[in-house]
Amino acid sequence: MARTSFRQALNDALRSEMRRDSSVVIIGEDVAGGAGGTGTDDAYGGIMGVTRGLVGEFGRARVIDTPITESAIVGMAAGAAMTGLRPVAELMFVDFLGVCLDQILNQAAKFRYMFGGRARTPLVIRAMFGAGFSAGAQHSQCLYSIFTHIPGLKVVIPSSPYDAKGLLIQAIRDDDPVIFLEHTKLYDLEGEVPAESYTVPFGEAHVLREGGDLTIVALARMTHMALDAASALAEKGVEATVIDPRTTSPLDEETILESVAATGRLLVVDESNPRCSVASEIAAVVAERAFRDLKAPIRRITAPHTPVPFSPVLENAYIPSSTAIETAAMELARWS
Amino acid sequence: MTLDRDTLLLAYTMMRRIRDFEERVNAEFVAGHIPGFVHLYSGEEAIAVGVCMHLDATDYIGSTHRGHGHSLAKGCDSKRMMLEILGKAEGLCAGKGGSMHIADLQRGMLGANAIVGGSPPLVIGAALTAKTLKSDRVAVAFTGDGGSNQGTIFEAMNMAVVLQLPAIFVIENNGYGEGTAVEYAVGAKDVAQRAAGFGMPAVAVDGRDFFAVYDAMAGALARARAGGGPSFIEARCARIHGHYCGDPQAYRSKEELTQAREVHDPIVGFRRRVLESGELTASELDSIDRLAAEEMDAAVAVAHAGSTPSVEALYTDVYATY
Repeated sequence: MARTSFRQALNDALRSEMRRDSSVVIIGEDVAGGAGGTGTDDAYGGIMGVTRGLVGEFGRARVIDTPITESAIVGMAAGAAMTGLRPVAELMFVDFLGVCLDQILNQAAKFRYMFGGRARTPLVIRAMFGAGFSAGAQHSQCLYSIFTHIPGLKVVIPSSPYDAKGLLIQAIRDDDPVIFLEHTKLYDLEGEVPAESYTVPFGEAHVLREGGDLTIVALARMTHMALDAASALAEKGVEATVIDPRTTSPLDEETILESVAATGRLLVVDESNPRCSVASEIAAVVAERAFRDLKAPIRRITAPHTPVPFSPVLENAYIPSSTAIETAAMELARWS
Repeated sequence: MTLDRDTLLLAYTMMRRIRDFEERVNAEFVAGHIPGFVHLYSGEEAIAVGVCMHLDATDYIGSTHRGHGHSLAKGCDSKRMMLEILGKAEGLCAGKGGSMHIADLQRGMLGANAIVGGSPPLVIGAALTAKTLKSDRVAVAFTGDGGSNQGTIFEAMNMAVVLQLPAIFVIENNGYGEGTAVEYAVGAKDVAQRAAGFGMPAVAVDGRDFFAVYDAMAGALARARAGGGPSFIEARCARIHGHYCGDPQAYRSKEELTQAREVHDPIVGFRRRVLESGELTASELDSIDRLAAEEMDAAVAVAHAGSTPSVEALYTDVYATY
């Protein structure tokens, strides 16, 4: 298997699905590299370069540059999905959810139920998320808990290039609206990615590491922080299991519960703000369903209840660190 | 404009069916048989019919909270609509949608929409499907004057012009967004003039006149089918009922209400015109009236006899797979 970046893995997934299925189209700002300017074609490939090269193979009828108009991008993609296309809409930063939430919350997510099961909405909305670039309060949020809360949506949050490709192919083939979130700090991450097409199913967590002393659940970039912390803990004699749910809706509760049954200790790591968060949800599931298995209180390590700050000093303090994870894990392991 | 007899008969039939449907919904609501909110289309029939008579079954429309007229005009079954409005399992949406969410995707009816301005972005998506698949279909977005002020329709209109989509925006300007008058709420001189600024042909017509709507739609449709991009029609009309079923409409003067109900009724106007011209006879129209009344009485009876959804249905149809 070749070493491939997270970014290239996404590009591979889009390209292979567009070759396989002519109803797959890409819609968004600069996805074809920008349009109408005086310079070269395909200059951007989306702001992060994920769609670079696709317009050359598939043309502007299938790689559709749009104005900056999120309600129309998402709404148009939803309307196209319910009438026969499989659109992949790019929202750019997930923060821009703020200008198009109605088309996601009240429209795409609700069609199937509202219309008595007679609608099919094979829509993917891609967006990047996460802090770490000093991008400030409007370009750094996580927000996946908002989508996870909404019945009718599926929410996918890959942590590796392998998962990025397999989950995106699954998302494109899925018949429900899928929110596909890419952490900005992971685009250059490299990993083993098969050249051929494959899918990673939704609702199946990935156990990244096994250890008997505690269970750490983490998403996206936080899985890497958690693995760093787990290595440091191992040197001190504490062995952690690290679980990446990969999708928050559906959520693989069973894998988490099985692990907690074995370890009796749960630490949830979430880069998101804490209130009504995915971390809170996982903690609630375990508290309700595995109370007798617990040997220590459930702990959450999250960002604080603040917007994401700009200054690197403040932003570093905002993002959960592997040190904070290690400290909390050690406290849990020693709790009695 | 001269239309053949079959077209005139069909137009009258469709308008009369919508009115009879709505008046029965009103009676059922007043009698307490309908849960939730209901918004009636009476007085606006010439618009849905004048637009949808041009469309094929495979064309698309997106509707509003005031959507019964659009649904019937696009071919939805009156019995299954009434079943839905009464919350029955045999309804078009299995009782999960109700009056504000009637949809029939097989007939190109992409849904009533309870979010004002919610529909236009979806409709341009249907137009994108048509353009991408080269299917020759068109997509019509019905919106009210209230919705005409929403950013969603501005975005949808701009996108439709930029991508040259086969979309038609129809604004039903009935003078009020809930209880706020257009004269207050629309900052521009008129709604059509504002739309023209987006770079597409925009006309304003008398939406109480079937012939005016039908004529305007003919031009917009030909343009969309020929790949000429989107068009905009503002159809000015008047609500006979209020914003919602039971709205006392204190914000409208008695004179205005009387005008809407007795002078500008689109069905009365149509009838007078075709009788005066001799194109149709009173007995032909009376016969249509009888058939429409029978159909809608039957729809009410069927709806009352329908079954309530099983409680298990609460949990189904959230996802295709999960």
